[in-house]
Amino acid sequence: MSLPGHARCVVIGCGIVGNSVAYHLTRLGWRDVVLLDKGPLPNPGGSTGHASNFIYLVDHSKEMTALTVDSVRQYKELGVFIQSGGIEVARTKERMQELTRRMASACSWGIEPTSLQTPAQVKELVPYIDESVILGGFYTPGVGVVDSLRAGTLMREKGQAAGALHVAPKTEVVGIDIEGGHVRRVRTTDGDIEAETVVITGGVWSPRLARMAGTRIPLTPAVHQMIDIGPVPRFRGAKSDIEHPIVRDMDTNMYERQAGGDLEIGSYAHRPILYDPEDLPPVEQAALSPTEFPFTQADFEEQMQHALELMPEIVGDETVGVKYAINGILSLTPDGMPVLGESPDVKGLWSAAAVWVKEGPGTGKAMAEWMVHGESEIDLHSSDIARFHEHQKTGAHVRARAAEGFNKTYGIVHPSEQWASNRDIRLAPFHDREREMGAVFFEAAGWERPQWYESNASLLEEFGDRVTRRTAEWESRWWSPIINAEHLAMRERAGIFDLSAFTIFDIVGPGALASVQCAALRQMDVPVGRVVYTPVLSPSGGFKSDLTIMRLGDDHFRVVTGGAAGMSDKKWFRDQLVMGAELTDMTSSMTTIGLWGPRARDILAGTTSDDISNEGFKFGTCRIIEIGTQRVLASRISYVGDLGWELYVPIEQGLKLWDTLWEAGLPHGLAACGIGVYGTTGRLEKCYRAHGNELETEYNVVEAGMTAPRLKDEDFIGKAAHRRHREEEPAATMCTITVDDHRSKSGEKRYMLGREPILTSRGERIVDRKGRGSYVTSAGAGPSLGKHLLMAYLTPEHAVVGNQLLVEYMGERYPVTVAVAGATPLFDPENTRIRS
Amino acid sequence: MRIAACIKRVPITGGRILLTDDGRAINTQHLGFTMSPHEECGVEEAVRLIEANKGDSVVLTLGPAEAVEQLRDAMALGIDRAIHLQTDGQEWDGEGTAAALTAAIQADEAANGRFDVVFFGNESADSGGFQVGIRVAYALGRPCVTGLKKVALDGASVRCEQEVEGGRDVYVVPLPAVLTVKEGLNLPRYPSVPGKMRARTKPVAVSSPARPEPRVELVRLAVPAGQGRRAESLGSGPGAAPAVVEMLQKAGIV
Amino acid sequence: MTVLVLMDESDASRQTLTLARRFGEPRSVRMDAVRPFAPDALAAALAHAADELNASAVFAAGTERGNEVMARLAARTGLPFAANCIGATPGNPVEVTRLRWGGSLLEEARLHSPRPIITVAPHTVPADSGPAPVEVDLKPAAGKDLVVHVSDHIKPSNGGVSLAEAKVIVSGGRGVGSKEGFAIIEELAGLLGAAVGCSRAVTSAGWRPHSDQVGQTGTKVAPEVYIACGISGATQHMAGLKGAKRILAINSDPQAPLMLNADYTVTGDLKEIVPAISAEIRKHR
Repeated sequence: MSLPGHARCVVIGCGIVGNSVAYHLTRLGWRDVVLLDKGPLPNPGGSTGHASNFIYLVDHSKEMTALTVDSVRQYKELGVFIQSGGIEVARTKERMQELTRRMASACSWGIEPTSLQTPAQVKELVPYIDESVILGGFYTPGVGVVDSLRAGTLMREKGQAAGALHVAPKTEVVGIDIEGGHVRRVRTTDGDIEAETVVITGGVWSPRLARMAGTRIPLTPAVHQMIDIGPVPRFRGAKSDIEHPIVRDMDTNMYERQAGGDLEIGSYAHRPILYDPEDLPPVEQAALSPTEFPFTQADFEEQMQHALELMPEIVGDETVGVKYAINGILSLTPDGMPVLGESPDVKGLWSAAAVWVKEGPGTGKAMAEWMVHGESEIDLHSSDIARFHEHQKTGAHVRARAAEGFNKTYGIVHPSEQWASNRDIRLAPFHDREREMGAVFFEAAGWERPQWYESNASLLEEFGDRVTRRTAEWESRWWSPIINAEHLAMRERAGIFDLSAFTIFDIVGPGALASVQCAALRQMDVPVGRVVYTPVLSPSGGFKSDLTIMRLGDDHFRVVTGGAAGMSDKKWFRDQLVMGAELTDMTSSMTTIGLWGPRARDILAGTTSDDISNEGFKFGTCRIIEIGTQRVLASRISYVGDLGWELYVPIEQGLKLWDTLWEAGLPHGLAACGIGVYGTTGRLEKCYRAHGNELETEYNVVEAGMTAPRLKDEDFIGKAAHRRHREEEPAATMCTITVDDHRSKSGEKRYMLGREPILTSRGERIVDRKGRGSYVTSAGAGPSLGKHLLMAYLTPEHAVVGNQLLVEYMGERYPVTVAVAGATPLFDPENTRIRS
Repeated sequence: MRIAACIKRVPITGGRILLTDDGRAINTQHLGFTMSPHEECGVEEAVRLIEANKGDSVVLTLGPAEAVEQLRDAMALGIDRAIHLQTDGQEWDGEGTAAALTAAIQADEAANGRFDVVFFGNESADSGGFQVGIRVAYALGRPCVTGLKKVALDGASVRCEQEVEGGRDVYVVPLPAVLTVKEGLNLPRYPSVPGKMRARTKPVAVSSPARPEPRVELVRLAVPAGQGRRAESLGSGPGAAPAVVEMLQKAGIV
Repeated sequence: MTVLVLMDESDASRQTLTLARRFGEPRSVRMDAVRPFAPDALAAALAHAADELNASAVFAAGTERGNEVMARLAARTGLPFAANCIGATPGNPVEVTRLRWGGSLLEEARLHSPRPIITVAPHTVPADSGPAPVEVDLKPAAGKDLVVHVSDHIKPSNGGVSLAEAKVIVSGGRGVGSKEGFAIIEELAGLLGAAVGCSRAVTSAGWRPHSDQVGQTGTKVAPEVYIACGISGATQHMAGLKGAKRILAINSDPQAPLMLNADYTVTGDLKEIVPAISAEIRKHR
């Protein structure tokens, strides 16, 4: 069969992802879909072909867990799933604690059943384990093994049976033509295909394909070592591929699974071995397959010892031989998440890369929904290809972070854990000042942001007992009580904040208003000089983002959003541009300083003669003021709930502005405050929501308690759905919850960090009518309130102030009480501070 | 009893062989390495003989530093120690290889006693010179039987079976002897994990003999033109059976 | 000038003559000149004859025996030896082209030798059609050169068709799936009077004896029809198939190397197709 000359969509790569994407596109009604691979079928030689094919369900990432759970559903429907159960075993106390965290994540994401097992119980499930080397295990009976190649074949056949899919193996892509910023044509060894859309599902080859289209998919091929030993006497006569639970030996970064009569041992423990996509051999030159590299024994020496310790009966058996050993190649990304979505550089060019077998079909379905409907049921913001900032797409960054992340595959990763590699990429103009003050830098979008300042340790004395200390090591990690002291200093006097990590872009031209109206829920046709905080909705009325927009002129809007979501927000707005509107990225042209607190006006007044009185400069407005010789765009809003301004200046003037404010602030007791205050304590007291925590596409404006009194007349994305949400009873309501008693069984006070399950007072999961479970979306101190605060969506019957619930943390349950149902701030509920 | 096995590190080739730019070697960038398949059987036979008779087994190779991997592989299967005649990676011809191995065997025998059997593969998988074992046997003044599919020690002699057209020829030669073997002699075991772990600590004696000028001097390698068969599809599934039988009839088979 | 050629009645020997003639007037020594076969004695006789005749070169076919005796001659006389050549040009040095990797690769080499010792790879050069060379009278062998001699011969025990000589071979690969899976292969082979073959993956898995293995390190075959069932076609296997006249490949993967290098293909599950062919053959009985 010759290649069609035209396609609605060309999917490049017949691994589990390509097959899934192609199938789901046809299922959602697309026809003329062409699926290519340079290799043969059913195994074209990519990572799918040598994957160990087992699926663990629980991940701390909600997004990843959702994709995995949906994948298992699909594998079961295809009849290629064998349930075996899986046990993550712990050799250390620290790991046992981590397993309780996994129990909590399982509960938060609704993975049931799961249980913690004693060594003896593990031994019963896996009789060939030496239980004396472990302290316990985390058992998930729903874990299993799939035949991913068979799944791919079945999905292709379904697409072909529907007459909607053309499959072309042994067809190598040699070029992808772009015209006018849009993908136009795929050139192959068997001829050209005019294509409306193209999806790169080329696994480890994806970067190479992306380069053909002049763009980048930031991933690196990396080695995962795997050996197969057998025949195992105990498995003789095995009736299926797997009859015993898969064991993950978490502390050694290894796994062991039965594979028929053999035992497969895999490792993520060795040194990171990264390759360039160009290093991969062509199919016909590879001894096994292009992604099965020669085994490097030297990297597996310790692992043999570890496997021997855990399973001496099998691994120590002299009659059991190493039958097969490979360095399998898989994809790693700089942040460990997949690379999904439409390229920010080329319209119509999509990526579904760095996807493993365990989340393949779910990803395929979500991608197809995104392509056909404009969004997926599962919120994919952590996987969005548009999330990457420019520096994050460089080879050096990808390699550095992939190498650092590799050995964390089974690691115990603290929610606030910082990357060590490739730091100091983006520095604020006042970075040296911050360093001199002992700033502890956390990274956001490559920016180094002070999380707190060690020089503020003196504030601890000043505020004494009002600053809550933490004794447990886990909660003290990546944290300091100084954050709470800085918070109190801001609330009592004033704080100065480095907000350089903001992503800022201007939308200008005669079409500017129409463009921002289309993206924003709130009315954007406001007088020049107004600042509007607005949700940005997805087509189904969920939260795509939330951000602020300043109207600087009739045809000039400035969008300010966080660093993390900045790049994908930028793509979103660019995609909504109407004729006569242009978007310009101002992120590297401007720097932002925040100045908030009851003394903020006094401090600012010391630097300017402009009218900054409450009447002269109202909340929610912005305008240029003169500070010395600097013209500063001042915007009177606050994410910490206090009087003050965001101050924007050209980046080269940032240092001058910082020094001016600092000098003016000293007599007023101005404190430098870190993002610990800005991002957590300040906003939590005010019950302000954060994107990626409270705000995801799976929740809507009404549920988040952010409904505006009236709905604007102008059309905007998600309006129809939003109107419907306004009319229906919300399935859940965002609540702020206080912890009543922090004492654990040992008597030590413990402080939740987020993502823990919220349970009824009887210890049952709370699940709303849409099937969404309640979990802690954000957690942190409310220093002014002297409380530890949690946020969570609760069902209507539980979203009642005073309602008593439980939160599960590290294997124990703590009593909590609903303090706010909805958005009323706990601190300063009348908002007198920001409006004074 | 003392047994030696000589092996050669060779790449594991895929569906198509790629050469280096200068055409003087195989491009092994993407390839793994092994010992020649015949030699795996030689190693296995050596291990079995020592398991049955006790004694000392030695594996020898002439090859680059990386060839220590194949020595460790052999020791993982049960060989006691290794002698590595290290090269700089240049190719040695059969004469040079045999001379270096002979010297190493003689030196080891002077220190530790005579080898009852020295095993070689019938020919290496890569260069296929068909001569190193025989040359070593001549240099040591020992009988050599080649292409063996069965080896049975019987006191001071060894009974050997060599595969020929129409059956097997039998030779009985006195020990010590040099035997070159072929795949099929035995079914080599896979290394166990404990075997691999023991192999790490077994001794490897390294020396670097000088390379004599080869008298079979490699100029360049080439990939032969393909056979150019053009496949004709007889259909798919069981329904293709009549077409298959028709083809067999035309070929005069049915 | 005289060139010495170790010969028997085979095609390979006549092909060897083609190259040998370039080096001089051929004189022959019979492969069975020493009975029972004693390779050292044969090599000794060749060495003596070569000296007597002042031979410019010594040739043999690149068969197991030819290579073995030439290697012994080379070891005895301290001369280099180039095995399995497909071309040789006289000169100093002699330029040869020889097979490596079981024929998957060619090597151009220079043979620096006062008396080149060369074997010619079978079926790579045309057979010589000239007059048969005159045989050389051999010197009787010395005792020590008779230590290695054939003392017995074992006939194949099962009386089945030998792979190397079979006109039809039905061969199975990893795709057959198990030892038991070979029942349908054996059934078809029985109906066709064929030998059963297999790939290296199969012998490594212990499903079939090594004597069934076709390939570089197994048996090199030359049947009229080779039926490959579930064999992917690695170079190791293809090296043994160069003599096959017709190859029929049955595989579920239409892109397997062997499917692309076959004369005929059937795509699909061999577990269904092979019994269907057997049934079809029975119909024709």
